[in-house]
Amino acid sequence: MASDFELSFFVFVLATFLGVEVIRRVSPLLHTPLMSLTNAISAIAVVGSILVAGQQKTTLSTVLGTAAVTCSMINIVGGYLITYRMLRMFKRSGKDGR
Amino acid sequence: MIAQIIPLLYVAAATSFILALKWLSGVATARRGVLVGVLGMALAVGGTLLNPEIVSYKWIAVAIVLGSIIGVPMAMMPMTAVPQRTALSHAFGALAAALVGTAEYYLRAPGIDRFTMGALALEVLLGFLTFTASLMAFGKLQEILPTRPITYRNQNVVNLSLFVFAVAAGVALVVSPGTTWLFAALGGLSLVFGVLLIVPIGGADMPTVISLLNSYAGLSACAMGFVLDNHLLIIAGALDGSSGLILSVIMCRAMNRSFTNVLFGAFGQVQASAAAAGEERIVRSATPEEAASILGAAGSVIVVPGYGMAVAQAQHKVRELFDTLTKLGIGVRFAIHPVAGRMPGHMNVLLAEADIPYDRMVGMEEINSDFAQTDVALVIGANDVTNPAARRDQSSPIYGMPILDVDKARTVMVIKRGMSAGFAGIDNDLYYMDRTLMVFGDAKAVVGNLVKELAAANGLH
Repeated sequence: MASDFELSFFVFVLATFLGVEVIRRVSPLLHTPLMSLTNAISAIAVVGSILVAGQQKTTLSTVLGTAAVTCSMINIVGGYLITYRMLRMFKRSGKDGR
Repeated sequence: MIAQIIPLLYVAAATSFILALKWLSGVATARRGVLVGVLGMALAVGGTLLNPEIVSYKWIAVAIVLGSIIGVPMAMMPMTAVPQRTALSHAFGALAAALVGTAEYYLRAPGIDRFTMGALALEVLLGFLTFTASLMAFGKLQEILPTRPITYRNQNVVNLSLFVFAVAAGVALVVSPGTTWLFAALGGLSLVFGVLLIVPIGGADMPTVISLLNSYAGLSACAMGFVLDNHLLIIAGALDGSSGLILSVIMCRAMNRSFTNVLFGAFGQVQASAAAAGEERIVRSATPEEAASILGAAGSVIVVPGYGMAVAQAQHKVRELFDTLTKLGIGVRFAIHPVAGRMPGHMNVLLAEADIPYDRMVGMEEINSDFAQTDVALVIGANDVTNPAARRDQSSPIYGMPILDVDKARTVMVIKRGMSAGFAGIDNDLYYMDRTLMVFGDAKAVVGNLVKELAAANGLH
């Protein structure tokens, strides 16, 4: 069991450093889409939610799991859609004679 | 067979998320980034649905349909509402993590090992506090709640002790995981702490707070990964956590303040005494007609947008002004302060929505040296980020904050409703300079008049 946690910690530390390096390169121009995209990605909680909702071990866990899947899906659908919508608005000058 | 496929799908999902953020670094590849992010999420959800532990898909299907139905209108909100929409989605994300944590606790208790219990406690603490804190932030941004900071005596002591109690409940649970009332206490304390944390925070500090909540929502998903021993959750949560952290550090730097100061400083209370002490100072005001003739004669213009532009919904009129000036051969650029607006990058999205090309939006550090060679700096709805007191007045509350060097332009034009102070509650020296012209009125109406005057004077239509 202990080695599992050790591995998890390694994954966490490496992912954090990777995240910092990748996100530092994001242009300030795109900080709002960045936040809505990471928000959609953090809806990865859907994985745990689906398991809890689908295992149907107790009524409580099924109710909580179903509510959690709903919340996560709101963020997945809403988050990706609005990020895409925002990015479609960013245009270079010159294309239409400006 | 399935036991081997699921981890592969999860690895592919994690890779997609990393690529998504990497491709978001520039406008040219950003849309591809979103698409690969969608792919990653589809792989993650697909892989999870294959899990043999799932005995029934009924409620999952209901929840997926319901979530999608609510999610679509959430994505169609106007761009001016993006900060509150973001706060609301932080609330949903954090709530999902907290609910799963709660379910896991009641399923597993009391047979939980200490490490898992620690991760669970963290997941629930961060999840519930982020949930209520984000709802509060939403309320303030939507102006359902008062946007000015609300303070009372011993506020920080109350908040801190609540937090200490919540952490103590978490630690006690690690020692004896079977004590269910402690778990309920942990959840309750976290919910209350989330509310109280946002009460003393004012509107202009929202960029930092929203970023911080973004980070917490990610970290609670990360803690869930530790509980479920799922590396995909850990990676995605850590990416989100570090993103929120970087953004909040950038926001704090742009205000020359520390995290503690933002969270516990209750910045932005009206400092009436300081303002009243000064004698009457002279401002020069101009009509839109006069302002238009100065703009029409300029060779270069830098527009400085602020939250006031968003409030007045003036961005489309600003685009018309941009078009008119460009037709007259005048170079127009937009200077964007990192904390302009209510969330990181808020101004860029608003201007992009109004069809202003993104290569005309320039960040503070890049554009500051250009103000001295600029004929007109046009300030629309920005205040504190243009106050030269931040550079020279050591007694000013905003001293040391990096500002846009608007005062160095040959002519400064400020569109403003009246002479009221900005968020920091202090007077802006910019307004009293000899070469500053105040154009009083609603930003949308004034910019509209400027466009009309310019068009009339130059025979455009």
